[in-house]
Amino acid sequence: MLRYSFRRILSLGLSLLIASAVIFSVVELVPGDPASFMLGTGAQPETIAALREQMGLDQPLPLRYASWLGALLQGDFGQSFTYKAPIAELLGDRLQVSLALAILALCLAVFIALPVGIYAAARRGRAGDAAVMGGTQLGIALPNFWFAMLLVLLFAVKLQWLPAGGFPGWSDPLAGLKALILPAVALALPQAAILARVLRSALIETQGQDYIRTARAKGLTTGQVLRRHALRNALIPVLTIMGMQFSFLLAGAIIIENVFYLPGLGRLIFQAINQRDLILVQSAVLVLVAAVITVTFIVDLAYALVDPRLRQR
Amino acid sequence: MRPGMFLGTLLAGLAVLAAAISFLWTPYDVTQMAIADKLMPPGAGHWLGTDHFGRDILSMIMVGARVSIAVALVAVGIGMGLGVPLGLIAAARRGSWLEEAIMRGNDLIFAFPSLVIAILITAIFGPSAINAIIAIGIFNIPVFARVTRGGALPLWTLDYIRAAEVSGKGAALISVQHILPNIANLLMVQGTIQFSLGILAEAGLSYVGLGAQPPTPSWGRMLAEAQTMVTLAPHVAIIPGLCILLTVLGLNLLGDGLRDALDPRLKVMR
Repeated sequence: MLRYSFRRILSLGLSLLIASAVIFSVVELVPGDPASFMLGTGAQPETIAALREQMGLDQPLPLRYASWLGALLQGDFGQSFTYKAPIAELLGDRLQVSLALAILALCLAVFIALPVGIYAAARRGRAGDAAVMGGTQLGIALPNFWFAMLLVLLFAVKLQWLPAGGFPGWSDPLAGLKALILPAVALALPQAAILARVLRSALIETQGQDYIRTARAKGLTTGQVLRRHALRNALIPVLTIMGMQFSFLLAGAIIIENVFYLPGLGRLIFQAINQRDLILVQSAVLVLVAAVITVTFIVDLAYALVDPRLRQR
Repeated sequence: MRPGMFLGTLLAGLAVLAAAISFLWTPYDVTQMAIADKLMPPGAGHWLGTDHFGRDILSMIMVGARVSIAVALVAVGIGMGLGVPLGLIAAARRGSWLEEAIMRGNDLIFAFPSLVIAILITAIFGPSAINAIIAIGIFNIPVFARVTRGGALPLWTLDYIRAAEVSGKGAALISVQHILPNIANLLMVQGTIQFSLGILAEAGLSYVGLGAQPPTPSWGRMLAEAQTMVTLAPHVAIIPGLCILLTVLGLNLLGDGLRDALDPRLKVMR
């Protein structure tokens, strides 16, 4: 396990390093000079010169990358020139919304998918299973931002139960949570559909195994076998999918945050693009990608912890 | 034909048909505004009603289908064109540093969701349908590389591949002549899935303004424009969303049907 973990950590570090290099060099692709690109055509030469100096554009690329990375490792993401604030602070504020939304959505997805997947597996081939499978097909095809609009129409406009958008902050946790319910449902439903299908087929796959036959032979009912023996083994593929979904929820929230005007990481990235704040885009994208890579790493590790066979490799 | 596959073919076929007809004929000109006729509900003159500029929604849906299908199709082409050769190479050179490099490169691209790639591209080159295609296409590459490698690896241990090796054929020739035809089914099924994901991704990108630019109609942007109108005229928001839903549903059903038809072993699972 130690050797496996060490190899995975090494590969995590390498992935993060390469990802940061890719993101950093992408900005170099900007047509012309990055500083004048960011400030637009009407900028004064002195302003451009000042930004050039702040970005260190007079230095060669590898040197700039090294100093950027060095500062990042110390938690210094630089200064946003549109917000006139430290980028680390901006990102921290926005992550409070994005992370909470992603976690809430994932919990909801699991909460819906578990009983639905188990039910369908238990009713395999019968009407209940067919209904669930049809429903999940619809769920997977559902564009979440459209579903979000329909939710707003019903629960915010017609019934007026929940706010249609905006975020009041975490000072009042209940109000904050209320503002995240509709976005979380919109994000969760398509993911729940995927999760339920994965769980169902993983459960069905365990049915042919010897240990299931033994459990049946002992006299356990179908439900008992499913819950006590099949579910534990079926959770392994479900765990992998959940890890992928969490990263997807973090990134996919970009669109949902726009529907609900939530001040999350995604909206920050959009505002930064519109204001051509490349330094901010760079840092925000890096945080997002680093989160995805790290979650994948944690899932890999959890996977090995659950299934000892994987550590052998 | 199974009912699911029939429905899938019907729905996907309808979207393709709408797109094809739009090249020859649309009920109205999609750029033609008629403010007096704005936000009309579906009826005799305008079958699917009009939007806030009085444009005919059916015409916009038809032309929008063109954009959705073109973006998703080309993105699948990019993914297959680059991903399949990479997967074949990884399988042919299994165990080597080259395979390791290809697969780790794949993992790296996987860490950049298509939305993030699109954002990066847009931040530099500005929004356009082409950039949406590139973003979704790049995202498709590791998907096809993985499926190809996964499908090809077990084939390399089979006797007829061994026989081809012994007869002096190189790895490249074997990959093209013997491996590729045997994983074509797999690629076709994955292609259908990525096609439907591409339609969803394109809709999402153009919804946030990173896809096709005005005046080209696109389903995603129609939804974005409808958002403020949704309480006044719900049909403006409901119709484009339904089109996305039904097209993606159709493609998914078609993909499932193809998989069952092409690989009977998987049918047992159902």
